[in-house]
Amino acid sequence: MIKVLNPGLATSVQDMGRHGYYHLGIPQSGGMDQLALQAANLLVGNPADAAVLEATFMGPELEFTADTVVAVTGAALTPKVDGDAQENWHSFPVKAGQVLSFDYLKGGARAYIAVAGGIDVPIVLGSRSTYALGALGGFKGRPIAVGDEIPVGKASGTAGRTLDASLRRAPASPAEIRVLPGIYWHWVTDESGARFYADTWKVAPEADRIGYRFRGGEPIQFTERERPFGAGSDPSNIVDGCYPYGSIQVPGGTEPIILHRDAVSGGGYFMLGTVISADMDLIGQMQPHTPTRFVKVTMDQALQARADRMALIGKIKDALG
Amino acid sequence: MAEQIVSPLPGTFYRKPSPDEPNFKNEGDAVAVGDVIGLVEVMKTFNEVKADKAGTIGSFLADNEEPVMAGQPLVDLG
Repeated sequence: MIKVLNPGLATSVQDMGRHGYYHLGIPQSGGMDQLALQAANLLVGNPADAAVLEATFMGPELEFTADTVVAVTGAALTPKVDGDAQENWHSFPVKAGQVLSFDYLKGGARAYIAVAGGIDVPIVLGSRSTYALGALGGFKGRPIAVGDEIPVGKASGTAGRTLDASLRRAPASPAEIRVLPGIYWHWVTDESGARFYADTWKVAPEADRIGYRFRGGEPIQFTERERPFGAGSDPSNIVDGCYPYGSIQVPGGTEPIILHRDAVSGGGYFMLGTVISADMDLIGQMQPHTPTRFVKVTMDQALQARADRMALIGKIKDALG
Repeated sequence: MAEQIVSPLPGTFYRKPSPDEPNFKNEGDAVAVGDVIGLVEVMKTFNEVKADKAGTIGSFLADNEEPVMAGQPLVDLG
């Protein structure tokens, strides 16, 4: 069991997500950086898809009631055991009664804290992930809070393993996020479409698990066209449609929002395109004000990037399996 | 080196509780441990920045509405 002495900021239980309910309006949730989540689990000897704690920008303070093994991946939040600094991307032992705390964030945005045996909250609709907006899954459907006692599965774990730096992934600076233009791309003028890719955007402080908002680029200019019946008067409105994971909506044409793991599944905003699946992990590691460029790719390039990411995860499994 | 109060979070720093209220603290003010010296806005929430040491504020190192990083010094204690 883990006692929460300080929850940090929006720390929640996440696994690989809750799939198969998006069409009913229930998002997939799950870790925003799925590569880091799997690596953390493999480091401690868990199955790659076990539930972990996802800490955002700030680490929690946790007391362990039994001996275990812990690994922290993703953001550069240095873990400390009773004050002694430990390496990131490394599995280390924690004894009963010891306290895990964290130093200030030095890079990235989300750290994945895996504990041998996994976080053992009940499975809801096939997943242990927290969907806080819907009060579903995780620990009582919400981020962890002071005084919570979080159940952990039984396992001895493997301490002393490190994931080689070549097998980790983090955004470049400026971050480059690859985009496949979508079915509404023709709504945007050629000049404005070119500006979208040329501009350097910045992550807005509001960015969260639901969506990543960006500011700092030129507003989108729309082509003159007859409004479809039922779409509303704003040129960024559509007749309600489905929103894919990773789609980029631009309400009012001003601030692009990339829908992430806890996003709504449909609505009335046009989408410029979709961030390729291979780059969704990187978005989870972007702090507010991170300079960001969007890079246009073809479907073939997107599929190659997906294959490359899967190959990297395969290498992580081989290295730690 | 003078003691400093640092931001626990990345986000946008605010020196006042709302736009039409006075600053939490000004230069020359005394601070006690636990006093709020400002807010950092991130993920649609405003998080209080509390002094983790006592002293007198020498200077503010970040302006109102300035983007800040986690660990960035906000206040020099004189």
